[in-house]
Amino acid sequence: MLTAVTILVDGLVYSSWLFIVAVGLTLIFGVMKILNVAHGGFYSMGAYTAAWAIGLYFNAGWPPAGSYLLIAAAAGIAGTLLGLALERGLLRYVYHRDPIIIVLITYAVFLILENLVLQIWGVDAYLAYQPDTALGTTRIAGLRFSNYELLLIPLAAAIGGGLWWGLNRTRTGKILRAVIHDREMSLACGIDVSRLYTVTFVIGAVLGALGGAVTAPMISVTPGIGVEVIVIAFAVVVVSGLGSIPGTIVGALIVGLSRAAAVHLWPEVELFVIYAVMSAVLIVRPQGLFGRAPLRRI
Amino acid sequence: MQRGAEMIAWAGAGLVLAAVTTMAAAPAAAQTASPVQIGLVTFLSGPAAGPFGVPARNAAELVIDAINKGELPAPYDNKGLAGAPIDSFFVDEAGPVTKVVQDFRDMVERRGVAAVVGYVSSGSCLGIAPVAEELKKLTVFFDCGTPRIFEDASYHYVFRASSTATIDSIGAARYVLKEFPGIKNYAGLNQNYAWGQDSWGDFDATMQALKPGLEVKTKQFPKLFAGQYSAEISELLAARADVIHSSFYDGDLESFILQAAPRGLMEQSKLVLTTGETIMYRFGAKLPDGVVLGARGPYGPFAHPGPLADWFRKAFTDRYKTPPTYPSYQMANALLGLKSAYDKAGKAKPSPTQDEVIAAFEHLKFQGVGSEINMALGKGHQAITEIAYGKYKFDEKTGEPTLTDIVYYPASCVNPPEGVKSSDWIKSGMTGAKCE
Repeated sequence: MLTAVTILVDGLVYSSWLFIVAVGLTLIFGVMKILNVAHGGFYSMGAYTAAWAIGLYFNAGWPPAGSYLLIAAAAGIAGTLLGLALERGLLRYVYHRDPIIIVLITYAVFLILENLVLQIWGVDAYLAYQPDTALGTTRIAGLRFSNYELLLIPLAAAIGGGLWWGLNRTRTGKILRAVIHDREMSLACGIDVSRLYTVTFVIGAVLGALGGAVTAPMISVTPGIGVEVIVIAFAVVVVSGLGSIPGTIVGALIVGLSRAAAVHLWPEVELFVIYAVMSAVLIVRPQGLFGRAPLRRI
Repeated sequence: MQRGAEMIAWAGAGLVLAAVTTMAAAPAAAQTASPVQIGLVTFLSGPAAGPFGVPARNAAELVIDAINKGELPAPYDNKGLAGAPIDSFFVDEAGPVTKVVQDFRDMVERRGVAAVVGYVSSGSCLGIAPVAEELKKLTVFFDCGTPRIFEDASYHYVFRASSTATIDSIGAARYVLKEFPGIKNYAGLNQNYAWGQDSWGDFDATMQALKPGLEVKTKQFPKLFAGQYSAEISELLAARADVIHSSFYDGDLESFILQAAPRGLMEQSKLVLTTGETIMYRFGAKLPDGVVLGARGPYGPFAHPGPLADWFRKAFTDRYKTPPTYPSYQMANALLGLKSAYDKAGKAKPSPTQDEVIAAFEHLKFQGVGSEINMALGKGHQAITEIAYGKYKFDEKTGEPTLTDIVYYPASCVNPPEGVKSSDWIKSGMTGAKCE
């Protein structure tokens, strides 16, 4: 029973982190049909910006409470600047090109961002642990869990809920869904698709940077962290079905709980289990759990 | 006709003058040997750059400068390699092994280096060794740990001036059993690839050989560079093992400590970090007291004091504003091994050939930074050294990280004899080990 509770808590924490990291990728694909490899770069920039800002903040001797706002601000600034620069400065000129070309362009941007991180912050790791340790721990099933990590669960729920509300209960969201459904028809109806693309891409970039920023206090921020994240984020969105936000919630839960169960019950297969789940889903539903099979135009 | 004779006379005079000038200049040219070009390979980008690559690069810069200026303490106080200055350049080790091999071929075939010194990753070393042999190029590994290089094959052109990872695991097991004699069980947290699996395998086998019947509570193998260890820490907390062994390094090690310390893992279990010395200066008070740290040899705070070790520590700290960690020592020792071989070969003949340097390097014993290095295994191509472990203690008064209860294990205690595989030696109960 205690093991089951521990698996549940660990699984929910990891699933929440996966959802925060992957949802920006899903949003951009869902609206713009762009497989954005640069998402890993947004994550890195968010993590480094937050770690750097947190270091300055605590060196100034200010109280921990403000550091949580700093994490959000770092993600917002880094994501907005990067998102605007990439979408307005590059992607808008290539929307008409083959999707493979666009994937290659985002991959090139990812490599550029990785090098930019090295140029700005160097190769040494950054530590920004204070927001994590300041919140202390809670005992569940006899084990101590980090409150900061537990807070990822409501944060992921808030992001998921916010996106659902935005897409389903606001005028902009309804327009966005119209664009997702049929871009040409939306254009014919007078919808400013170009502006919507910019807004969507910036929101996706901010979510990617937020994934890095909230992770920074839990890890040693080192060069290359974006590479690892983009692989796991792709695994989640492939399981869920590219472009589906409800699917991303379910995909993150499946992957997170499977990994936690493997760690506690069969640690030798931990590395394998994520990709086993992905393979099993793709065999049964090649379009992912919540993905729609593409319609063939005749 | 007369004008033609004059021209011939002037030309003859010119030739004589040129010959005289050349003859006069010849002794001076002989005194200045051509530079020895060395390609230095280490991680300059990626996660391993900060903890391993850059400290190694800094050590290489420092030692090569000192060799060229003749500023090293004795026995290395003569300039250059057999009198020839070193001309060096760096190459980034980051990337897949195919790229690392391609860079090696480029250094040898296009740039024509005299020797290559480098490589942190065991994957790089396993990939480079046969290529070095194919291209017939003297290559000195400085950090990679896999024992397979000289246990599974024999190389003429390849040397390694640091011990294999076997000594880390055997030393850790011996230290644990000495310092915590009441231990009943243990657990492991190691990265899921060759380094982590081999490290755990050797530690586990040594523990079972030295104290049969100990229980393994759990063995965790998270993905390399996973970063998130919440579930693994929960399992380790639930297991309540007496000792936890980990060969984690760089960002993975730092992330694990950051996540485990607040959850009280180190209060419950004794943590043994075989590469932990690399983070003690960075973490300071954030690393809990009592954690057992190793440095993959007698390096860093485990280095024996002496003119060479004292010079190295001071010069490195003055130049880079941080103390050297074990990759710095290993790089310095690889270069000193090369210098020793060149100087030894150079005593017999100026400007020794590659084969003469290789012959001098085989079975060489030389003074390394912090300890003596003995090229005793792999037909004289693989070094053995002693190893040490100690318990971390942060000195609140001075604000300095320190080590207590340091124990040294001589090379003969933690290395297999020549011709015996490490894993077989451990399983046999380490027959013939001399630990006193």
